[in-house]
Amino acid sequence: MIEPSSVIQMRGIVKRFPGVLASDHVDFELRRGEIHALLGENGAGKSTLMNILAGLYRADEGTIVVHDKPVNFSSPRQAIQAGIGMIHQHFMLVPSQSVTENILLGLDHPRFRLRLAENERRVAELGEQFGLKVDPKAKIWQLSVGEQQRVEILKMLYRGADILILDEPTAVLGPAETEQLFKTLRGMTTQGKSIIFISHKLNEVMAIADRVTVMRRGKVTAADVSTKSTSTAELARLMVGREVLFRVQKQPQTPGPVVLAIEDLTATNDRGLPALQKLNLQVHAGEIVGLAGVAGNGQRELAEVATGLRRAASGRILLNGENLTNQPVRRAIARGLAHVPEDRNRVGSSPNLSLTDNMIMKQYLQSPIGRGWQLDAGEAAAFAQRLKQSYEISAPSVETQARLLSGGNLQRLILAREITAQPKAMIAMQPTQGLDVGAVEVVHRLLLEQRQQGVAILLISEELDELLSLSDRVAVIYEGAIVGEVTDGDIEKIGQLMTGSV
Amino acid sequence: MSAQPSAPAQRALPFRVRFVPREIVPGWLPALVSLGAIVLALLIGAVILALVGGDPIAAYAQIARSSFGSVAVFSDTLVKATPLILVGLACAIAFRMRLWNIGAEGQFFLGAWGASAVVLIPLVSNTTSPWIVIPLMMVAGMAAGALWGFIPGILKARFNVNEIISTLMLNYIAIAWNNYFIFGMWSEGGFQMSKTFPKNAWLPRLADYARSVRAFSGLTTHLGLVFALVAAVVVWFILNRSRWGYEIRLIGDNPRAAQYAGIPIARHTVLVLMLSGALAGLAGMSEISGVVHRLQGQISPGYGFTGIIVAWLAKLNPFAIILVSILFGALILAGREIQPSGIPKMIQGIILVCLIASDFLLRYRVRIQRVR
Amino acid sequence: MDPIIILQAGVATGTVLLFATIGEIFAERAGVLNLGVEGMMLMGAMSAFSVANSTGNAWLGVLVGMLVAGLLSQLHAFIVIQLQADQVVSGLALTFVGTGLSLVLGEGLSKAGAGALLPRFSLPGLAAIPFLGPIFFTNQSVMVYLGYLLAPAAWYYIYHTRPGMNLRAIGEYPAAADSMGVNIYRLRYFYVFVGGMLAGLAGATISLAVSPGWFSELTTGGQGWIAVGLVIFAQWNPLRAMFGAYAFGALRRLILDIQGPALLFGASNIFKTHQSLTYFLEMLPYAFTVIILVIGSREAVRNRLGAPAALGVPYVRGERGR
Repeated sequence: MIEPSSVIQMRGIVKRFPGVLASDHVDFELRRGEIHALLGENGAGKSTLMNILAGLYRADEGTIVVHDKPVNFSSPRQAIQAGIGMIHQHFMLVPSQSVTENILLGLDHPRFRLRLAENERRVAELGEQFGLKVDPKAKIWQLSVGEQQRVEILKMLYRGADILILDEPTAVLGPAETEQLFKTLRGMTTQGKSIIFISHKLNEVMAIADRVTVMRRGKVTAADVSTKSTSTAELARLMVGREVLFRVQKQPQTPGPVVLAIEDLTATNDRGLPALQKLNLQVHAGEIVGLAGVAGNGQRELAEVATGLRRAASGRILLNGENLTNQPVRRAIARGLAHVPEDRNRVGSSPNLSLTDNMIMKQYLQSPIGRGWQLDAGEAAAFAQRLKQSYEISAPSVETQARLLSGGNLQRLILAREITAQPKAMIAMQPTQGLDVGAVEVVHRLLLEQRQQGVAILLISEELDELLSLSDRVAVIYEGAIVGEVTDGDIEKIGQLMTGSV
Repeated sequence: MSAQPSAPAQRALPFRVRFVPREIVPGWLPALVSLGAIVLALLIGAVILALVGGDPIAAYAQIARSSFGSVAVFSDTLVKATPLILVGLACAIAFRMRLWNIGAEGQFFLGAWGASAVVLIPLVSNTTSPWIVIPLMMVAGMAAGALWGFIPGILKARFNVNEIISTLMLNYIAIAWNNYFIFGMWSEGGFQMSKTFPKNAWLPRLADYARSVRAFSGLTTHLGLVFALVAAVVVWFILNRSRWGYEIRLIGDNPRAAQYAGIPIARHTVLVLMLSGALAGLAGMSEISGVVHRLQGQISPGYGFTGIIVAWLAKLNPFAIILVSILFGALILAGREIQPSGIPKMIQGIILVCLIASDFLLRYRVRIQRVR
Repeated sequence: MDPIIILQAGVATGTVLLFATIGEIFAERAGVLNLGVEGMMLMGAMSAFSVANSTGNAWLGVLVGMLVAGLLSQLHAFIVIQLQADQVVSGLALTFVGTGLSLVLGEGLSKAGAGALLPRFSLPGLAAIPFLGPIFFTNQSVMVYLGYLLAPAAWYYIYHTRPGMNLRAIGEYPAAADSMGVNIYRLRYFYVFVGGMLAGLAGATISLAVSPGWFSELTTGGQGWIAVGLVIFAQWNPLRAMFGAYAFGALRRLILDIQGPALLFGASNIFKTHQSLTYFLEMLPYAFTVIILVIGSREAVRNRLGAPAALGVPYVRGERGR
């Protein structure tokens, strides 16, 4: 038997970001013609490792060998020249240009004239060869997400890449498109391409990959696992870890009456496609309902519609019986609906304004800060000072600009602001994303305190640990609808519901 | 990580220059940097003057003499500063919301037209008390200016039309509109100007009180300056002490956060541009009623555009706008006496260039490191 | 009021707008809004006229005018690309600097009178085409003919060449272009320079061909600003710019000429009896530009046309969001 040749060997890769060890002496090996899954939860360090391989980041320590040659990439261009192409979650495509133009972008040829017809034919041929069907003349904005992904793959193949890295490629795809992609990937391996498939979805990994490397918290927990000799349950254990990572003191509590009720809610996403499809969900007073789901299944749209930031096509949102559907945001705020948005920097705060200005965002209309048309600067500063102290937000002063806060401090600010408004219900989306361990604990403690106070909390998260340790119930969203509910913390069942395999 | 694209690592030098984002801006730094920028601009201006064979020291001395040399010329400087303060405020309030109103010039002309209409239609007679005529002209001027702000406002709010271009185009339309009346309906004997307004439509000047206060004799400063100063206080209050001002600042810095906080952005877009237009319109009214006393073509040496610079130089601070306006008023005044006449305009431009370039120093620290 | 004369003059004066507009199209396609066109045109007009007068060589004047305006544009480029300052304010500053500097340096030029000028001629053969010949090919300046070549060439460059494709990409989605190894910063400097050179060419066309001489600010009389508006009217397309520029030029001539005849379309000419009414005609192009914007904003949503998406946005590479 011939030893399968390895095309990539990464040894002892270390990458530090401020406050985080994103990659902790990681080894990784890819063989020719295989589909190799890199499995792990969000924040496990998968993307960091692959960004190093693709030349976007530089490793602090470690060696990389590609095709038996040691390499040290300082730009994606060099990685592509070495035959490594990465397809990111956010596509790097120019919307107003055609498929062919996007593929030719940045190349040294054609010399001057574009010769579009000729190159369109070559793109079509390449697509034919690898089963990536896409109209070379079409403009990117006219294409579906799946087609755009094909363009990204074609872009790399056109540049002669023989190693493809796909970062969560199915996160944006429907089931049919996913199936199509898998078929394409298998076809490509028979033509000698090697593929790294980054994912946190167990079923997909089992379906597509030959071998698996599992990562958790910046470390490899299992390498060289063959999918033929493992099971979904085994992979789940390796990915999540046996121990519950955060031991949270949760008082037993009987939920009160329904506070937040969502009935048959339907809405579309930014592209005008259905995002929520007759979604029903209830949250009681003093209860945390966790919403689990693979990113892009309508979580963002749900949070936005419920808080009035996005229009509902049909259905109702009731807060303590009052209909808030398609009402101004201000109404929801006044009725006591708090919102911890997914993007703290771009939505939840105003970066160049002071802490004070950021803290009074939901309070400035009420006395004592707002008096008639006036804004009492003294009261505002005093209010901010109180919040800064009681929530231990570390910053030089309340006049400091919000952009200078660390992620954890900014999230504290947002939670402090939302909590001080004494909400009846709260929608928190990804509240601990990107935070370090200490900050995560603070956020968890604050959420549980609110539960104790009788607030109805909808916690939307992609961290299963977090959902399981905080929530009284976990509802699972799949393709814009609630497909099931878990109360006993059965991780495997949640995983199956999330991937729509029940 | 340095966000600066090309901090050139020059191999030939034993050190390299790096730009590090500044975390905390000390309170004294902006004022110092602005002052430094102005000094640098004056130096660059001097070098250019010397290069074309002029005498920079004499030129600057002449500028200073002809604008600050005596009480009488300083009074003239204040007259030039008056419309600048109002237009600067108009720009400042719009810029706070990141609305690029570069149509203050047109709003100024329309304000002048609106005020003139009160006298020229006429809505009042020669004998009506000035206590009625002047407020009526103010209201008409501000309303006309506000209308000229409303149009780009609604276009932006409804159709997402870029306000830079719409306000710019409206400038030309406003000037043509004025010309129609100057050359046609309100033309006096075929000249390109209206008749002189009756005295009851004139803003009182200091010189009008020379009989009681001798020192006022010949001083041209008029009541419009008081309007401007009051407006500065009002705008400061709106921006810093009112709920509306808070909302404007929030939209200006992060519209998505403003939306999240429940602020209706479209409505504020229209309102802010209307207020901006009203202030510029008041400037037009004050100029017509306080200085020119008739409607004519040449009523603005580009006040609307200079106002943009004034607002920016003053970092959108209403009180700083007053100071900067006096400086620029002096430059405009000097422009009429000094040769070549382009010097003040050139210096204005260089000051602005130096100032926006110096902003970089507020955002980044310059670090010089030894190369190891 | 002869339509042929109006159109002929429209093409001649429109050529100035055409150069400036195409220049601004290049800069904006690269993602840099440069509101300093008026200032660059004045610098171009002044230096071209000055050099042509002192050397007697009009072509040398054109060259110097283009270079001077191009150089001035690099001030804006440095401020907005390197220092990431606001493009609107910097562009305005450039207008002030250019206007002021041209007045200072052009002191005394207004008395100089016209010296060396660019040649004007008819194109044999083409001039004989009925209707079109007298308008486009009879007794026009060499610059007008250059305009006929430049607009299609610019159009071809933008839409049918590889550098043109990269140009569109850096104004549309610089991060995508950057990830494929396109040098955003260098190209943005370059296209701002091209824009400046063409603004300088527009200025030189005024002072050496269309209305020869140096009349301080009145030399350009706000045409730089019109060019900025025309870019939007043209939807960043040089061929549409050609149509818009000539139409604008013709309209300006029409406003002058329409006051002449006693009868207009068989009726009494109100523009003769009430000459001030022509000011409403003067508003038309500007009002039209605004209307185009309204329609354009609708159309843009539907067809993804319109402004380059990254217009006015400084590009900062690899900032890891917190």
